[in-house]
Order: sequence, then C-alpha cells, then structure tokens
Amino acid sequence: MLIFDDNGIYCKQANIYIDPWKPVARAIVTHAHADHARPGMGSYLAHPLCAPILRLRLGQDISCQTLEYGEEIHINGVKISLHPAGHIPGSAQVRLEYKGEVWVVSGDYKLAEDGISTRFEPVTCHTFITESTFGIPIYRFPQPLQIHKAINEWWAANRADGYNSIICAYALGKAQRVLAHLDASVGPIYTHGAVDNINALLSTSVKLPPTRRIDKEVNRKEIKGALIVAPPSATDGPWIRSMSPYRLGICSGWMQLRGTRRRCGADMGFVLSDHADWNQLNTAVQATGAQKVYVTHGYKAAYSRWLTETYGLQATEADTLYTGESIDNQQITATDETI
Amino acid sequence: MKQFSLLFEQIDQTTSVNGKIAAIVQYLAVVPATDAIWAVALLMNRLPKRPVKTAELWQWCAQLTLLPDWLQTESYHIAGDTAETLHLLIPEGSGDTNTSLCQLMQVLQQLPTVTDDERRTYITAMWQQLGGTERFVFNKLITSGFRAGVSTQLVIKAIARHTGIGENAIAHKLSGKWNPDEATLATLLQNGDDTDISRPYPFCLAYPLEETPETLGTPNDWLAEYKYDGIRGQIIVRNKTLFVWSRGEELLTERIPEFHILTSLLPDGTVIDGEILPVKDGTIQPFHVMQTRIGRKNLTKKSLQEAPLAMYCYDIMEINGKDIRHLPLTERRQLLTNIIEGLPSSTPLYVSPVVTFENWQQAANARQLARGQQCEGLMLKRKNSEYRTGRRRGDWWKWKIDPLSIDAVLIYTQRGHGRRADMYTDYTFAVWSGDELVPFCKAYSGLTDKEMAEADAWIKKNTKEKFGPVRSVLPQLVFEIGFEGISPSHRHKSGIAVRFPRMLRWRKDKQAPYANSIEDLQGLLKTYGSYGEE
Repeated sequence: MLIFDDNGIYCKQANIYIDPWKPVARAIVTHAHADHARPGMGSYLAHPLCAPILRLRLGQDISCQTLEYGEEIHINGVKISLHPAGHIPGSAQVRLEYKGEVWVVSGDYKLAEDGISTRFEPVTCHTFITESTFGIPIYRFPQPLQIHKAINEWWAANRADGYNSIICAYALGKAQRVLAHLDASVGPIYTHGAVDNINALLSTSVKLPPTRRIDKEVNRKEIKGALIVAPPSATDGPWIRSMSPYRLGICSGWMQLRGTRRRCGADMGFVLSDHADWNQLNTAVQATGAQKVYVTHGYKAAYSRWLTETYGLQATEADTLYTGESIDNQQITATDETI
Repeated sequence: MKQFSLLFEQIDQTTSVNGKIAAIVQYLAVVPATDAIWAVALLMNRLPKRPVKTAELWQWCAQLTLLPDWLQTESYHIAGDTAETLHLLIPEGSGDTNTSLCQLMQVLQQLPTVTDDERRTYITAMWQQLGGTERFVFNKLITSGFRAGVSTQLVIKAIARHTGIGENAIAHKLSGKWNPDEATLATLLQNGDDTDISRPYPFCLAYPLEETPETLGTPNDWLAEYKYDGIRGQIIVRNKTLFVWSRGEELLTERIPEFHILTSLLPDGTVIDGEILPVKDGTIQPFHVMQTRIGRKNLTKKSLQEAPLAMYCYDIMEINGKDIRHLPLTERRQLLTNIIEGLPSSTPLYVSPVVTFENWQQAANARQLARGQQCEGLMLKRKNSEYRTGRRRGDWWKWKIDPLSIDAVLIYTQRGHGRRADMYTDYTFAVWSGDELVPFCKAYSGLTDKEMAEADAWIKKNTKEKFGPVRSVLPQLVFEIGFEGISPSHRHKSGIAVRFPRMLRWRKDKQAPYANSIEDLQGLLKTYGSYGEE
C-alpha cells in the first residue's frame, strides 16, 4: 500500500505522501521537526498541536488541515487516522487502512513518559514502519526522572559556584520537556528566542514554569545562577559568551557514549532522548503485531537483521532522508537558526 | 573503588588543569595510603598486565545478555571501545559492593593464575555488583585500557601539592620500578631513600618549533644537532649494573646485548640520555631496520648482525653518582664528550655531533639535509639550559623538516574510537595506477572536528559497499597526505610503506582524477626512500 519513492513515503491509492522530503501536492506530516516537515507542499495534514508550529516554521500561508488522534478521514477508499507517537507534543503515527490491510508509519517515537506529549499508543497493523535512531543495544536509556533530577542538582551546584547553567536542547520538544521538569525554586529560568517562540505556541497544552525570554530588554549582567535553555545553534558564538561565566549541558540520547560526550565539548551530557531506545523499539515493534517491518533512519542494517533473526519478522531497510536525533547535523542547526 | 571512580568522573568532566589537580589532591587526602598509591600508579598509566582475554569477556557478556555475536561486534564498532561497550550492553549492576581499589587490584593480579571458571565467576559477579561509572572503570582496568586523561606532570603537581615536596624530586622518585602492592607514597618519597639503583631521570622533552627560528634570538645562544629517528633511551650504570630505559619507561636492558659491555666501561654512577639507533659500519640505518629488532623477544644471531644497535648520546645527567642536571648544557656536553672519547673505539656509543651554524639561514640549510641523514630535522637547545623535567617551553625545541606529501583519494573508511565513536574518521587512501586506485596508506589525524563531521556526513551518503565495519565510498574526495619517510614493502599492495601518514589538508579544489599516481610515489621512494625491504 505504501512505497518509498524519490519524494517520500507514498500511498498511491490515496495519492498522498507521508513526511515527504521533496515538494508534493499533498502531505501528511507526523511532526514538525525539520527533517519530517519540509517546505513547499501543496497541502499539509497534521495534528492540531503540530499545525501552528508548521505555520511558524514554514510560513503562515501554508494550507494545513488538522486531524485529532483517533479521528478518521477517508481518501479514495483509504481510511487514515493519527495516533500518539509520544515523540513531542502533536507528534503522530499515521495509520492507513485499505481493503482490510493496515500499515502504520510511526515517524519518530518513544515509549517513555515525558510529561508533555501524549504517550505512545501501540497500533495493531500488518506492516510497521519504524525509525532506528538508537536501534543498537548499547542504547538503553536511564529513567527520565532520574535525568531531570540530575539536571536540577547540576543547576543548583553551578549556581552555588557562581555559574549560569545553559542547557542545549532542540527548540521544539526537548526544550519544553526540560523546562517542564525544572525545579523553579532553584533560581531564575531564561529561554533563547527560538525556544520561547515554541513555548508560546504550546502554552495552552503544556504546563511550563515561568520563564524570561532573553531579548534586547534583558541586561545580560543580571543573569546570574540562572538556567538558560537554548537550541544547538546558539551554543557556539557571541550569544552564548554573553552568558559567561556558564557551564554547558547537552541533553541527547547520544550522550550515552563517552566519545560523543567528549567530542561535543560540553561540561555535562544528560542522556535524555525523544527517541525510543533499544528496549522501547523492541517493545513497540512487537506490540503492533506486524509481520512486516520497514526500518528507516538510524542503525537500519543492524536493526532489521535483529528483527528478522530474533522475532522471525520480514524486516527490510528503507532509505529515507530523515536524520533522527543529530548533534552533528548541520541541517537541523540551520533550521533552528531561521526561527 | 567508589571514590576512585568518582575521581575518574571528576577528571573526565572538567577540561581545567586546576580542576583536575584539585580533584586528585582531594582524593589523596581522604583515601587510605594503600589505595592512594594504586591510584597514582593507574593515573601514571602503570597498569598491571591484562588479567583476562578480551574474547572471554565477550563470551561472558553474551551469556548475560543473550545477544548474538554479530550484534555485540556491531555495538563495539559503534561505541569504539571494548570496556564501554561491555558496560553498556550488560544489564545495570546493583552498585552495592564496597571493594577498595587496592583489594580490587590485588584480585586482578591473581586472575591469570586461577581457573577459567573462577575467573568467569569473579568477573560476572563484579559486573552485577558494580554500578554506573564504577563498572566502566572496572572494565577499563580488566581490559588494560585505563587512561584517565591526565599527564604524568599533572599527577606530579597534585602529589607535590598534597605532600609539600618539590615536583622534580617527586618526578625522579616515581620513575623506574616500584610496586604499588609494596610501596606507599610516603615510603617512595622518603628522603635519602635511594635504594633503587635502576631509577631513571624523567626525560627532558622538547616542544615543536612553530615560529621561525629568528624568534629564538641570537644564534650563538643555541646548540643544534640532528633529531634522530630511533628510540629515545637512558643508559644507567650504577653498582656495576646496567639499566636501559625507553622514554615510555620500559626496561630494554635485555633486548640490547650490545650495551652489556658498558657495565665494565662506564664509571659507576653514570646516566646518559640519547637515541638508540641501528648503526652499521658507522652509518645510521633506516627506522624500519630498527623495527625488525626491537619488537622481537628472542634475538637471533641474524637480527643482531643485520641491525646492530648503538646510542647517539646527547646528554648526561649523572656522573660519579652525582646529579648534574643543574649544570649548563655546554658543560654537560663537555663532560659527556670526555667520557665517550675515553672509551675504546668499538664501544656502541657516539656523541651526537653538533651542527655548527653562524646564522639562522645556515641552520635552516642544515635542517634541509636531515632526511638524507635518516633524521627528522634539527634539535635546538639553549646552551646555558639545565636538564629539565618533562615537556617545558623555552629551552629545547624540535624543528622538524616538512613532511613528504602526496594527493590521494579516499576509498575506504571505518568508524573511529574514543572521541570519534560512531563517526567515520579512519581512512584508507589510494593513488592511481593506470585507471585503477591502489591503496597505499591509512590515516586518522589532521582534520579539524568540523571537517571530520563534514566528511562523516559525506561518507554516510556516498557509501558504495559495506564489508563488516568497513565502508567503501565513491572515489571522489582528495586529501593531501603527509608522511615522514618512505620505504619499499612487500606487505603493502602498493609495494610502498610510509611512516606517520596523516592528512595535511582536504583538497576540495582538486578532483579525484587529478590525484597523484603510483609512479609519483615510486619517484619519492627513489629520491628519499630508504633501502632494503621492511
């Protein structure tokens, strides 16, 4: 029912693409991260929480229709619905059913509770398309609450030493997740403009502590012992230096590896990801009951071999242009900058 | 063990030298002396022999995780480190063991002598008991891969601050042989305890000269000699006993029988610094001749004949049992010359000749001739300098010749290790032979972090084939490869081996068809190559 072509994941029967990477007439978008939601589509279909972010990132004039989780639409006999993916607020899995055959495109997802997104729901299907960003067994992430506790302790210790604490996190999703778990009694919380823009759009659905946007009005000298949440693009250059003295923490699943922690030059790496780790991927794939699995972006060769050999599934690698969680990726950074 | 892994974490998490020193000082202040000495030994990279085979560890890991071998291997290639991969694969430990560092090290040293079953039981039990970083550090210790990311000099600074004793005295007393199971910091550093006659002096090391030599001032203040391409060594004769140390503080005495005669030739209480080199009929041989000798445990008559070793001496630190490192270099050299000139002519010791020059241009000309002499460049040493401990700026400079270079095409890549985990940073380069690309060397270093990330992204998009951990890529990227020497080799497909290859720059201005050819390499071999097979 679905094929991977030069433009994206295509449903011929409904003549619609899911997360296309080239301009097409009609697109369903799983979530608003730059590698899944690209500009130039004739029309977009997304979850209501995703739509305003698409407009912020891609332009107010895009044509965008919304669909709640579980709500169905029919296009030329194909029944289409969105289901929570637990990746970021408004992220969705796409379920497509035609003549009794069911496919699910999961986009990016995680099973862990993050306090801001609707939690992942397994959707029974015949064919499941899964990411594999962390599809190798060295990636088994610690409990998120343990990490949030560590962030608060790190902040308090830095504050005691007279340092600001800067947390580097994606403006959309990770930043709100970090903010939502901060202990506001430790000190003042500031945000970079790119983070604040997204906060404003999510304010009705996500409960965040009071924060101050760092704009021209803010005297940088007054920022002391504060926690500042900034996107990766801001952590190199004059903006960050104006927060001195500071210590830098990076929140990412890649922080699991010592080499990556050391490479990125941060003072602290927090293992906090919005993608499924090894155990979550295996749980999710099995919960769908799917016999056929397409493995996209990540360690797809190893993960599809694992699924084939261990669970006896028909698992195939699929080439896409999705990048997943990337700390070295130029494209994501550039997109963050444009906001 | 908990405190030691905390120390490891603190050192790992700060880039500040003072922060690292403070962490060590604090550690030394609170732990028992038996732990402190082991920590010092480990921080100075004095690790006991590897107590288990890596293959055994992977096998026991698989028994705990039930993962297939290929997936463990794949995981290893991504994490780039055995100790870390094992730590990440095995289910989290309970964290409720209170083994001290000293106890642990004692058990690890016993491990090679116990039965396979006992060894497995012990290691797997530790995996289940140690929590977090503790288990990672444990794995580093059992794989003999422990590196704390501190220099010996930094450790010495911390000990100096902890004990109030001077850095030079500490450096000297911690050199040579000592056993952390028997010694403590206090006994090692005791005044007047010079019972260990084998103890070498810490080597004085040079910084590379990056500016022009004119920045050093008056030529007359400087002494020049060739920078030899051998093994830096220290010859000690005390109590009629000979010790030969390498710079890595490895005892080479048994491997160099040529020097054994020195016991009767050199006066008692003599310590000489120099370069150990293969010298045949008065001529220095290329480095690859040395390689056939030094790696060998059992010396054959043939290898002794083909690669006889000698030392080109350039300094003397002890004479008649007296430490003379404080004397100016010119005086030390005079003393050295006197001693060596008084020896029979067959003695395998030579004074490293002084290269005379009146102005910097003459020095530069001499430097250009270095390669022809099997040398890497010039050493410039301040005439009135004392023999200092470790790498210090100002008195000793190494002024290397520019490397040979060739433009080559990237054809294979593999993931790196450590900071380069999960990035394609290990490269194989090829040159043209007709319209075929022949691999001729591997290189890992020389690119900036930014270039590395860019190359990594390109590689992931331009992979042709995968063979296990190796990827072949479209032959499009050209890099200028620099190397120090070139010699014929029958082990390499290209028939050529190069020494210390690294990337000098990414030739984005050059397309693959215009890279150099095997004929160009053969030309370099003819001009600069050292004779003989590797």
